[in-house]
Amino acid sequence: MIEVLEAGLATSVQDTGRTGYYRYGIPPSGAVDAYSSRAANILVGNAEDAAVLECTYLGPRLRFTEPAVVAVTGADMPAQIAGEEVPGWAALRVTAGDELSFTFLRAGARAYVAVRGGIDVPEVLGSRSTYGIAGFGGHEGRTLRVGDSLVVGDSPSAPPAAEGFETPRDLRPVLARENDVRVVMGLYDDRLTDRGRADFLAAAWTLTPVADRVGFRYCGAQLEWVEREQPFGAGADPSNIVDAGYPIGSIQVPAGSEPIVLHRDAVSGGGYAMVATVISADMDVVGQSAPGTTTRFVEVDLDEALAARAHRAERLELLRWAARP
Amino acid sequence: MSEHTVQSPLPGVFYRSPSPGEPVFTDVGQEVTADQTIGLVEVMKQFAPVLAGADGTISAFLVEDSATVGPGDALASIDVA
Repeated sequence: MIEVLEAGLATSVQDTGRTGYYRYGIPPSGAVDAYSSRAANILVGNAEDAAVLECTYLGPRLRFTEPAVVAVTGADMPAQIAGEEVPGWAALRVTAGDELSFTFLRAGARAYVAVRGGIDVPEVLGSRSTYGIAGFGGHEGRTLRVGDSLVVGDSPSAPPAAEGFETPRDLRPVLARENDVRVVMGLYDDRLTDRGRADFLAAAWTLTPVADRVGFRYCGAQLEWVEREQPFGAGADPSNIVDAGYPIGSIQVPAGSEPIVLHRDAVSGGGYAMVATVISADMDVVGQSAPGTTTRFVEVDLDEALAARAHRAERLELLRWAARP
Repeated sequence: MSEHTVQSPLPGVFYRSPSPGEPVFTDVGQEVTADQTIGLVEVMKQFAPVLAGADGTISAFLVEDSATVGPGDALASIDVA
């Protein structure tokens, strides 16, 4: 059992997500930094889709009533066990009664805590991920609170990483205050003028505090739209379209001034023109951005996007090998 | 007398009053207790209280109201009683 002594700001149970229901308006949810969540599970010997804790900006304080093996990955948010600083990106042995706590976030936005055996909450529609807006999944459909108790699942057969093993730096994400996020333009980039399109790709966009699992809102430039008589069903603002489905990672720009990247708890559709879509390999980069981070959107084509996805899969494969005891 | 620095626990926007137009939680020269709220940090539409963290007298605010702050940033200093 894990007792929640302090909850952190927005700590939730997440796994690799709930696929197949977006057409009904239910988003995938799951860890917004999928690589770090999988890595944490690899380190403790879990299946990669085991449920972990996603700790946003401010870590929780947890007490383990039984011995456990845990790993902390993702953001650079130094962890302590029984008051002693412990390395991130490693399998850590916890004895009964120990507390896991965190100091200030140094870089990134979200830390992941995997526990050998996984966080055992009921599956809802095939996933243990929390979807807080609808109030289901995870622990009682919500972020953790003081006084909650979490059950740890049965230990897997695979062993955890060896004691003393720390994930090499090049197999960890780069957590920078300035980052590039690759995008494929469209589906509605034709709504921007040439100048609007160029400004979108040239601007240094700053992440605002309005950044959560649903979407990440940026500011930094005013984009110019092609003038037209709005079609029936579209709103009056030139950034409006007739309602359409919103892909995960799609970027809408309400009024042309504040791009929003939709993330894993996205709304499934609406009436804003999506001018570009973040490639799947870079969704984790968005997920590790904290307010104040400066982002440039870099245009790539679909082949480059697929190559980036393959590269990310290779890094994960390298980590699986490196972490074998 | 020692000095205590109040650090932001979160990235976000620091506010000195509970809502726009209302008086500040506390000001330079006022006495505070460790568990007293001296400001708020807004992030993800949530407002997290910033606690003084020490008993004493506020000697300075180190950032402006509505400033964007990062975790660990110094927000205020307190002359510890």
